[in-house]
Amino acid sequence: MIGYLARRLGGAVLVLFGLSLLLYGLFYLAPSDPAVLTCGKGCTPERLAEVRHAMGVDDPVFTQYRHFLEGIVAGRDYPAGPNTRHCPAPCLGYSFETDQPVTALLADRLPVSASLAFGAEVLSLVAGIGAGLLAGLRRYRWLDRVVNGLVLAGYAVPVFLVGLLLLLLFCVQLQWLPFPTYVPLTTDPLAWAQNLLLPWVALAVIQTAAYARLTRAGIQETLAEDHIRTARAYGLPESRIVRRRALRGALLPLVTLTAIDLAAIMTSAVLTETMFGLPGVGQLLVGAVNQIDLPVVVGVTLLTGLLIVIANAVADLLYAAVDPRVELR
Amino acid sequence: MRALRRDRGFLVGAAIALLMILVAATAPLLAAAAGQDYTTYHDNLLDSARGGVPLGRLGGISGDHWLGLEPGTGRDLFARVVYGAQVSLGVAVGATILEVLIGLLVGTAAGLGGRWADGILTRLVDLVLALPILVIAISLLAIVPQDWPRPLLLATVIAVLGWGGTARITRGETLTLRTRDYVAAARLSGAGWFRIARREILPGLTAPVLTYAALLLPTNMVVEAGLSFLGVGVRPPTPSWGQMLSTATTWFRADPMYVIIPGGLLFLTLLSFVLVANGLRRALDPRQSEVLR
Amino acid sequence: MTDLVVEDLRIRFGDTVAVDGLSFELPAGGALGIVGESGSGKSATALALLGLHTAAQVEGRITFGADNLTTLTERRWRQVRGAQIAMVFQEPLTALSPFHTIGDQIAEVYRLHTGASRRAARDRAVEVLRQVHIPDPARRAASYPHQFSGGMRQRALIAMALSCRPQLIVADEPTTALDVTVQAQILDLLDEVRETTGTSLLLISHDLGVVTGSTDHVVVMRRGVAVEQGRTDAVLVAPEAAYTRELLAAVPHPKPPRTIDGEPLLRLAGVRKHFRQRRRGEPVRAVDDVTLDVRAGETLGIVGESGTGKTTLARLMTGLLTPTAGTITLDGTDLRRRPGGSVQMVFQDPMSSLNPRRTIGESIADPLRLSGVRDPRPHVEDLLERVGLARREYDRYPHQLSGGMRQRVGIARALAPHPRLIVCDEPVSSLDVTTQAQVLSLLEDLRTEFGLTMVFVSHDLAVLRQIADRVAVLYEGRIVELGDTASVYEQPQHAYTKELLAAVPVTDPAEARRLRALRRAQVTA
Repeated sequence: MIGYLARRLGGAVLVLFGLSLLLYGLFYLAPSDPAVLTCGKGCTPERLAEVRHAMGVDDPVFTQYRHFLEGIVAGRDYPAGPNTRHCPAPCLGYSFETDQPVTALLADRLPVSASLAFGAEVLSLVAGIGAGLLAGLRRYRWLDRVVNGLVLAGYAVPVFLVGLLLLLLFCVQLQWLPFPTYVPLTTDPLAWAQNLLLPWVALAVIQTAAYARLTRAGIQETLAEDHIRTARAYGLPESRIVRRRALRGALLPLVTLTAIDLAAIMTSAVLTETMFGLPGVGQLLVGAVNQIDLPVVVGVTLLTGLLIVIANAVADLLYAAVDPRVELR
Repeated sequence: MRALRRDRGFLVGAAIALLMILVAATAPLLAAAAGQDYTTYHDNLLDSARGGVPLGRLGGISGDHWLGLEPGTGRDLFARVVYGAQVSLGVAVGATILEVLIGLLVGTAAGLGGRWADGILTRLVDLVLALPILVIAISLLAIVPQDWPRPLLLATVIAVLGWGGTARITRGETLTLRTRDYVAAARLSGAGWFRIARREILPGLTAPVLTYAALLLPTNMVVEAGLSFLGVGVRPPTPSWGQMLSTATTWFRADPMYVIIPGGLLFLTLLSFVLVANGLRRALDPRQSEVLR
Repeated sequence: MTDLVVEDLRIRFGDTVAVDGLSFELPAGGALGIVGESGSGKSATALALLGLHTAAQVEGRITFGADNLTTLTERRWRQVRGAQIAMVFQEPLTALSPFHTIGDQIAEVYRLHTGASRRAARDRAVEVLRQVHIPDPARRAASYPHQFSGGMRQRALIAMALSCRPQLIVADEPTTALDVTVQAQILDLLDEVRETTGTSLLLISHDLGVVTGSTDHVVVMRRGVAVEQGRTDAVLVAPEAAYTRELLAAVPHPKPPRTIDGEPLLRLAGVRKHFRQRRRGEPVRAVDDVTLDVRAGETLGIVGESGTGKTTLARLMTGLLTPTAGTITLDGTDLRRRPGGSVQMVFQDPMSSLNPRRTIGESIADPLRLSGVRDPRPHVEDLLERVGLARREYDRYPHQLSGGMRQRVGIARALAPHPRLIVCDEPVSSLDVTTQAQVLSLLEDLRTEFGLTMVFVSHDLAVLRQIADRVAVLYEGRIVELGDTASVYEQPQHAYTKELLAAVPVTDPAEARRLRALRRAQVTA
């Protein structure tokens, strides 16, 4: 178990290391110079050199990368004129556009993205498993068809299109809901939920269908397995068979999927947040990209990479926890 | 094949998909037939009092402008929509072909190569699969020079970040296929690995890779639309559906038709490709028909 | 105690008739065997006895005690199942829930039928596990099925069957998935359980030998009809129906010995094959120091149970695997430098050994093309004819053929490049007994006609006794005994060989009783 975790951690660090190296390489090769933008209009060559030095982009790429890695471990200082900017560990870089450490920016935005992802995941799990079970146990034929149709549509529709249509319907035509603005959970839980409702639904429409389909297939497959036949041959009533024997096997694939999807939502939140104007990590990225604020871009990318890696590890752990056959080695 | 001919969803999907491909291929002809192009401004047909919403009902639909006008600029929506089809489909098809090529190459190499080759390539595939595609694509597209050919660039970026799935499937299938006794039999009759890959492995890969690729196509369309939506897709004045929906976010209250037309077309096209993919999978791989992911 | 009477049972799946007018009786405490090849309707009958058919129409009368089982309500069925009639299934791994411990699964059934307390149910589970000789039952009750070996799982399933003290146990191919020594243990256990608890046993099998030693009455089924039934002693010793005679004739019989003193063709010297474990740990010694000669013109049998390394050894002999240590030479030169096609293989699973996307003719033609034949088609058609297939089968695909036909194709492909040596890895174990007999006699014919040298790997001692000139017994990667077939079978030296021979199911009832006594003696010894 400990050995497994250690190996897993090593693998995660390796992936993130590769990712950061890749990003650095790409940005170094990229023809646009971020210092030119930071320096702004009427930039003199002297001033530009100064800015380049302050941002640390005048060093060779390996030195830059080494500084970057050191910053993560120990924090670093940026010598920008008279007043030095300090960026505490773990330092992912310093955004000169906003004059803040990237870590601070991320910490500021992460709750929004997390609220979005978490709510959408809960909503789609509840709806998806419910519909999938009803369809899988063949209680209602029509539901089976609806689930089938939904899953195809859900696969086909991009989240910003759903979002636009939802806004059009609920905020413009029916005027049931206000246009979403983010209210922190700690300030007003009700307003938090009310404002996030549409984004949640937009994301959930797509996921629900997938979960329903998976649950339906899972329950039908499990009910066809040999050990269910054994349970029937020993007189167990059908309801008990479903509850005690089939459900666990049927929901097993969902466990892994949920962890991974949670991370996937966070990364695809770029679209949702832009669509609904929510100040999350995704919106931060889009803003940074438009201003070529490279430290922020690198920071967001690494954060999403980290989330995916964590989610995969959590998924494996969960799987081992619910299935006695799986051993972590 | 007979199963496909009976699959109603597949037939409808295939018909719409073919129609869309035709529209994309003949976009200049269609625009000419309508007597319009996608760059000319028609300021005179906009309601300047309401900020540039097209005059007339349903977003300015008329005999001249079959699908109405773009709010704010007054460019012909029909012309923009058919040219938009060209971008959406072209990028998605290009990216898919590239992904399948890379995936097949890496996947079979990993599956047939020795322990070391497999180890390294599998790590690489894992890394690619762990990449947050959208996030990296945005960053990449933002830093390349503006004058590079945009659609080609989009297809390449999507493919370079998205070939992991195909590679993983190919590797898995190759690993299963190579343990089959008929591969052992081929080796015993003196066949080399290249001949085995070509004659014994590749035919077995067709079905799983084809079904996967069929599902990749709409996925890539969604990615392209998303990138255009975020403003890092094709550059104006070249139109694309995602880009139209992006501008629509500011106009949808005043001009709902500007959401409905490109959005509806995007949805319809995606749905048709998903139906085709679904039908293909059901016909080629009856075992896994239940699990669409 | 209760009698089971089946009268005019008919089971239909849509238009297909699985069982057509089957009648038999099983008196309380008796043991009845149902024997038949695949598609005979024997398993459909078993499911009908527990009312487990969902898609089939079941007609006729099944009287058990006061009940007619064909007309029971679902509610009443649930009281019968497990409590009065218990079933033991073929695949012990999949037949138990992977998510619950063995003890919990047994206790759940016991509580359901008796209303006992949790504690009492747990005690009962341990008690029945002890009854089926699971060592340390109190601790092992907390294990999950995947932590048990195949034989232990089947014991656990029998324990579950015993838990509610049923009057009838239906065992549907209970030993088919198991090794021959484990099979003997399970059959002995069923016999013992019947003696000690007084329950009756309905034993269903494709294997005449399995039924012989464990039942006093037998029904022989074919295509849904009982072709013959009666006392086991009578039916197997003096069969009346032609089909029963055919089945008995298909059981492999010892052949008069051939003595082959050819030059050694394939020589293995100190051959080892170790597989590295995924994570650290000792490597698996699949083949561990094997030295052996295959003489030109002989058929060498290699026998072993699963996990003894016999498939690894077969693949080493063909050059598909390279040894970790030791040398293998063919005609004096290293096997790795053999000309293409000089060693061929016939595989166990004829479905996996033929590429499903190529015609069988193309599959056979491939080795010919590689050896430079320009137009292989006439050659291939000759070969097809020689192995008993029509020339026109050239253009058909594997899935269009039956299992036996596919195995013939596999043999034709192995013959095509005129090999020096053919290695057969369990070539008949996935076939029905009559098809098995046909394929075996084909191999014997071809051997004489072409003067083939063969290595024949099998778990089945009876098959080897018929076809092999010499036999090597493989145990834990080593050859523990090697000698002429007759002497190995008649005077086995090694303890494992003796155990194997005592476990072989035989169709002679007297011999079966002798072997069971011998096994009991071995256990107590």
